[in-house]
Parts: sequence; structure tokens; C-alpha cells
Amino acid sequence: MTSTTAGVATEVRAGVATEVRAGVTAEVRAGAAVGATVPALLELAGLRVDHGAITALKGIDLTVRQGEVVALLGANGAGKTTALRTISGLLRPAAGEVRFGGERIDGVPAHHVVGLGIGHSPEGRRVFADMSVLENLQMGAYRFGRAAPEDLDRVFGLFPRLAERRRQIAGTLSGGEQQMLAIGRALMGRPELLLLDEPSMGLAPIIVAQLFDIIGEINAQGTTVLLVEQNAAQALRLADRGYVLETGEIRMSGPAAELLHDPRIREAYLGESAA
Amino acid sequence: MSPHEFWDYLVPGVALGALYAVIAIGYTLVYGVLQLINFAHSEVFMLGGFGSLIVLTSLTPAHPSAPISVLLVLVGLVVSALCGGATAYGLEKVAYRPLRRRGAPKLVFLISAIGASFFLYNLAGKLFGRDPLPMPHLYDNNVVLTVFGARVTITQLLLLVCALLMMVGLDLLVNRTRLGAGIRALAQDPETASLMGVDTDRVISRTFVIGGLLGGVAGFLFGLNTQVSFTMGFNPGITAFAAAVLGGVGNIRGAMLGGLLLGLVESFNVPLFGEEWRYVAAFVVLVGVLMFRPAGILGVKIGRAA
Ligand SMILES: Nc1ncnc2c1ncn2[C@@H]1O[C@H](COP(=O)(O)OP(=O)(O)OP(=O)(O)O)[C@@H](O)[C@H]1O
Ligand SMILES: [Mg+2]
Repeated sequence: MTSTTAGVATEVRAGVATEVRAGVTAEVRAGAAVGATVPALLELAGLRVDHGAITALKGIDLTVRQGEVVALLGANGAGKTTALRTISGLLRPAAGEVRFGGERIDGVPAHHVVGLGIGHSPEGRRVFADMSVLENLQMGAYRFGRAAPEDLDRVFGLFPRLAERRRQIAGTLSGGEQQMLAIGRALMGRPELLLLDEPSMGLAPIIVAQLFDIIGEINAQGTTVLLVEQNAAQALRLADRGYVLETGEIRMSGPAAELLHDPRIREAYLGESAA
Repeated sequence: MSPHEFWDYLVPGVALGALYAVIAIGYTLVYGVLQLINFAHSEVFMLGGFGSLIVLTSLTPAHPSAPISVLLVLVGLVVSALCGGATAYGLEKVAYRPLRRRGAPKLVFLISAIGASFFLYNLAGKLFGRDPLPMPHLYDNNVVLTVFGARVTITQLLLLVCALLMMVGLDLLVNRTRLGAGIRALAQDPETASLMGVDTDRVISRTFVIGGLLGGVAGFLFGLNTQVSFTMGFNPGITAFAAAVLGGVGNIRGAMLGGLLLGLVESFNVPLFGEEWRYVAAFVVLVGVLMFRPAGILGVKIGRAA
């Protein structure tokens, strides 16, 4: 990928982001138009993943284009975490492919995947509870040997709360702060693609709103985001496109605004009756 | 016990404790990254003793001059470290990694560890003979200084200095280096560590090697202090394991503290209760402490106060 196209991608994306915040309708955003010009960064093709006898993903196709925020929605046990863990190399698919920047990466071990440019903020945050905030962030930069000051500045800029608490032991942070740390830690590896597994889990609505604003900002700075969420409304407001996963299969997909207004989604995920 | 006698038992107690501490670190490090007690660690110690014994026996002249003595001690340290490191490396590769690959239950690792230990010490008995052997005469083990009237010999001083240097070095390695960060991350959450780019297999292997280097050197120092034999790993191994548990297994500073404590207990136990109780006291202390602090003195976990 040349820097020119990357620049275009970011511009396109930035434009989209503004429009989303302005509340423009799905027709105007026309995700398809973005898709025509921007290459796929991540592709899942026919991806099947088994946990022993259980098939958690039954052959899913999913694309994330450079510069996008893509939401992956689904109820408990739908297979969202399984999908992210397979992308990261923690799980091996039974069939199908994971391609990143056009290269197959299924079968690449997790500690190499991060080096390819995929950052993963795992489900349940998984901060290193006995390390300080700073040490956690340094772990995020493990692949570089040491953390670059500008990367630390960037994370502290996005999450000033972490800057104040850099010496605090991560296990004593609040849930929201731990989530910030998990995302910040993933950013320290300078990912092209950021995988976020339910960042809103267990957080107060106001914190979720702030967090999603920051995710939008991370994206505006040029990082592509694949966002796994149960909080469909909020995720779709942030995302460009969305996929709905149900017991291991993609049930719906499309521009986020369309999904947001889809009665089936509203019923299943937003707690509204179809009436 | 007169104050004078107190110091007479304190000095060897501290020296012995420092050795136990160094061996205990090997148990605790491996436990930290694998939640596994490497029961074959006592054989790492034993082979460190034999490796240095064999090399030094072939090198040592009848009456080494002072510079030669220093050189020989350095050779002993390096050879024993290499033997210990190589043994630990091999153990991980042969006895544990295949089990890890297959996701074997913890009990299987334990059996494998005990099997490896039996194999190694019997092999050593077959290869090197079953009679205890003294280290060659590297130097005259004179008294170098006195502490409140208690005499400290060269060997005791050497032992203390080496143990101290190894502990400081290890502490720096774990807390200040990239490998140390990898070890601590792995100890807390292996999967998340791998998401950060930590090659967990490699870090586990290096952790074994680090524990092996320390254990091997301990074998040499122990041999200098007493003798080398194929069963020499047994008592120090068990005591150091107890020390690791006492300090909070997985906790490096805890292992150091536990080792020191048990060395002292063992040393003072002899005048107070008699030689035949030497190895009993360590376990009385262990049980006593664990009744009140089941996680050990400093608590479990390698990441905190590592
Ligand atoms: N390690 C495992 N062993 C066995 N089954 C597993 C394992 N991990 C996940 N599963 C199963 O795979 C299915 C998908 O799980 P997954 O964690 O991917 O769901 P999810 O969409 O992330 O759910 P949630 O929203 O609750 O996090 C579930 O049925 C789950 O029970
Ligand atoms: Mg999940």
C-alpha cells in the first residue's frame, strides 16, 4: 500500500466520520462508494472455527476496509470473541482464511500477528493486574523493545486519566480505566487494525459514550477498527458498517445507519418491539 | 546458647540460606511461568556440581597459586552455570514442552518431572559413581574475617558473595529487561502476553535456562562447601522447594527470603535439637507458616515485587 492511497483512505474516512456525527442518512454515506475505492485491510473468507466439538464460527465472510470502523454485533455466545481471537492467531481456523493486507495470516502465531499491525484489546480487558499503568503500556510496545515516547504521549493524550495514574498498579484501576488501559496498550504496538472486544462491557453509559468518542478519534487518526459489541445502538452510531453474528453465522450486514434502522435489529438488540 | 555461639551458627546459616535462596529462585521462576513445580530442578543443581567437579579435577594442579585459584573458581562458576543451564534447557524441551503442546493435565507434568529427576540422578550415579566426591583442592579454605568472633571462611564468603550477586542480577533481569517484562507478563496472563508479541515458548525456555544457570552455580558452591554426589540434589532441592513455597511460590523475592530463613533454621536447629533434626525443622516452619499464611510470606505471583 502506497502512502498516497493510505492518505486518501484516511481522508475518506475522516469525511465519513464527520458525516456520521452530523447524523447523515445511510444513502448519503453510501458505504458501497467507499468500498469501491478503498482496499480491504482484513478479510475473513469462509472462516470456520471449532472449540472441540462445538463449531463456534460456521464459515463467515467479513471484510474491513482501510480506515473503516466495522461493528461486529451479536448476542452472548454468537462467536464474536472467537472471530477476534482467530484473527489474532490465538485460535486456528478449521477451514477458511484470514487475510490481512492481502496476505494469509491464519496459522501465524499470535506473537507474530501483532508485529504485522494488528492490535487486540481482549474481552474482559486483561490488563496485567500486577504491573503499573506505565508497565502495561510498555508491554504493548514489547515488539519494539522499548516504548517510543511519542506513542506514550499519544495514548496519554487520548486517555488523560491514564497519564495521571501512570504509576498506579493496573489491578487497582476502575473498570473504565482498565478498559482505557487495554485500548492504550493495544495502541502502543502501532496497529493498523485495532480489534476491540466489547469495550463497553460493565461500564456506565456516560463512560461508554466517552470511550466511543475516543475510539472515533483513534479511527480519525488513521487506525482501522473492528469493534465487537453487544451494545448495538452505540456501536452502530460509531461504525461505518456492521455485521450481525448469530450462533456462528453472519445474519445481516450493511452500512451501519441501515442496520441501526432495521426493525429486526431494533427488536433483537435495542429492546424495542417490532410494532 | 552463648552470644558467641549464636554468631558461630549464624554465619553458616546465612551462607546455606543464600544457597537455598538461589536454588529456590529456580523453582519459583518456573512455577511463575508454567504453574509447575519442576521437581527435576534438584538434578540441575546436582549436574552443576558434577560438571564443575569433572572439569576442575582435570585442571587443578597440586598446589595452585593464588591467581590460579581465582581462575579455577571462575572456571567452576562458568562450567557449573553452563551445565545447569543446559540441563534445564534440555529438561524443558524433553520433559515438558511435548506435554504442553498436547495440553496435558498438570498431574502429568508432575509425573514427568519426577521421572526426569529419577532418570538424571541414576544416570549420574552410573556415570560418575555412587560415592561422594570432594571438589579438588582449589585453595586453602582459610578464615578471611571474623564477625563478632565468628569465623568466616573463604568458601562461606565466596558462597555469600556469589549468591548475592546472582540474586541482584536476577532481580535486575526480571524487573529491568525486556526478557524480564516478558517473564512477568507471561506469569500473569500467557495469552495476553502473546498478544503483546511475547513468544511464550521462547520465554519459557529462557526462564528454565536462567533458573538452571543459578541452580548449576549453586551445585558448584554447595560442592565446594561439602561434597558432590549423585543424590546431592535431594535435600537442598526439597528444602529450596519448601523455601519457594514459604516465600509464596512464584514470588522471586519471597523465594530469596524463604531460602534465607530455612538456611538459618537449619543451622540453628542443629545445636538446639541435634543433627538428626537438621532437615525436619524446615518443614515444621513451612507447615507453621502456611497454616497462618497459606499463600506464603510474601504471597503468590511473580509480577508483584518480582
Ligand atoms: N475455549 C472454549 N471451549 C469451548 N467452547 C468455547 C470456547 N470458547 C468459546 N466457546 C463457545 O463458542 C461459542 C462462541 O463463543 P464466543 O466467546 O466467541 O462468543 P461471544 O460472541 O464472544 O459471546 P459474548 O458476547 O458472551 O462474549 C459459545 O458457544 C462458547 O460456549
Ligand atoms: Mg465475547
